Amino acid sequence: MGPFALPTSSKVTPGKLFPAPPGARRPRRIEIYRWDPEAGGNPRLDTYEIDTDRCGPMVLDALIKIKNETDPTLTFRRSCREGVCGSCAMNIDGTNTLACTKALDDCRAVVRVYPLPHLPVVKDLVPDLTHFYAQYASIEPWIGAQTPPPADRERLQSREERERLDGLYDCILCACCSTSCPSYWWNGDRYLGPATLLQAYRWIVDSRDETAGKRLDDLEDPFKLYRCHTIMNCTDTCPKGLNPAKAIAEIKKLLVERQK
Amino acid sequence: MARTYQTPLGRARGLGAAGEGSHHWWRQRVTSVALVPLSLWLAVAVAHWPDAGYAQVVAWIGIPWNAVLLLSCILLTTLHASLGIEVVIEDYVHLDWAKMLAVVAVKLILAFVALTAAFATLRIALVGG
Repeated sequence: MGPFALPTSSKVTPGKLFPAPPGARRPRRIEIYRWDPEAGGNPRLDTYEIDTDRCGPMVLDALIKIKNETDPTLTFRRSCREGVCGSCAMNIDGTNTLACTKALDDCRAVVRVYPLPHLPVVKDLVPDLTHFYAQYASIEPWIGAQTPPPADRERLQSREERERLDGLYDCILCACCSTSCPSYWWNGDRYLGPATLLQAYRWIVDSRDETAGKRLDDLEDPFKLYRCHTIMNCTDTCPKGLNPAKAIAEIKKLLVERQK
Repeated sequence: MARTYQTPLGRARGLGAAGEGSHHWWRQRVTSVALVPLSLWLAVAVAHWPDAGYAQVVAWIGIPWNAVLLLSCILLTTLHASLGIEVVIEDYVHLDWAKMLAVVAVKLILAFVALTAAFATLRIALVGG
């Protein structure tokens, strides 16, 4: 059977408390998962108290404030701070989302921040996304066409053909959806997961691509595709408001359609 | 885990696509839709047996349409269950030999159940009692 309990070495233990600075007018508690591969041992939950009167509105602002002013060892990924790069994907109050677009005001009284679930942890809030990216690469996320492009212009699309990519091309590969999916937790070694499957569909329906059949061939597999049981966590959690579950359903429909 | 020099892409591609899955998925959908009216029919029929004794039930199964619908129920329910349980096992059993053994066992057991129930129904319908 799959392991349903955390290994003892992964059990989260209580950590240190970093109290609010004296004179803080609106203190707020933030609990953060900490694990350092060099120190080893079990992960712990450190508590930081920040003055929200002297902090930006988003969870990422709080993390940056903590790293700058309280604890420089706190480790997390971030880049664009406006929801287009996907670097700061993490689990906030039990839901995968982007720290940069999640407002502190929308969080519980005590904000709880964990790394994305069910991935190996590199350090603190940084998960190992190697396999996730490799799965994305495995669907060949680039145009496949035998016909050379017109000599004097780019490959054209009609307005309707372009519209089919809306809600698909917007995916930023933050991995929130895949790591919220129980099927991906249990069988992520073989199941491609919602993010990669949404990207696969993005190329299948691209009017400029000539390899839809081969792409469908590569997905026709009990594990790569059919581990999706329409649980819908992916759509529920997507910080960009996309619908990976629908994209997967469309792939399944196309696989039946080409047999009829 | 032991050190490996296999690349992440090699690991992600694995043994490639099995080239099946859509037929399984489609059969599961079709059997579930077909079982909606059949299950309703069976539920209503069973609810209408008053304090039916052995003779009454045998007589009820002996009516040709009842026998045919009952046979459809038996075959579709066991097929649907077999497809569904197979997926559950594939989800949660990660030991290769145990997974294969469990899937084969479930299929054989449900085939046996289907054959037994179908044989009983046919015997009542054709020979009676």
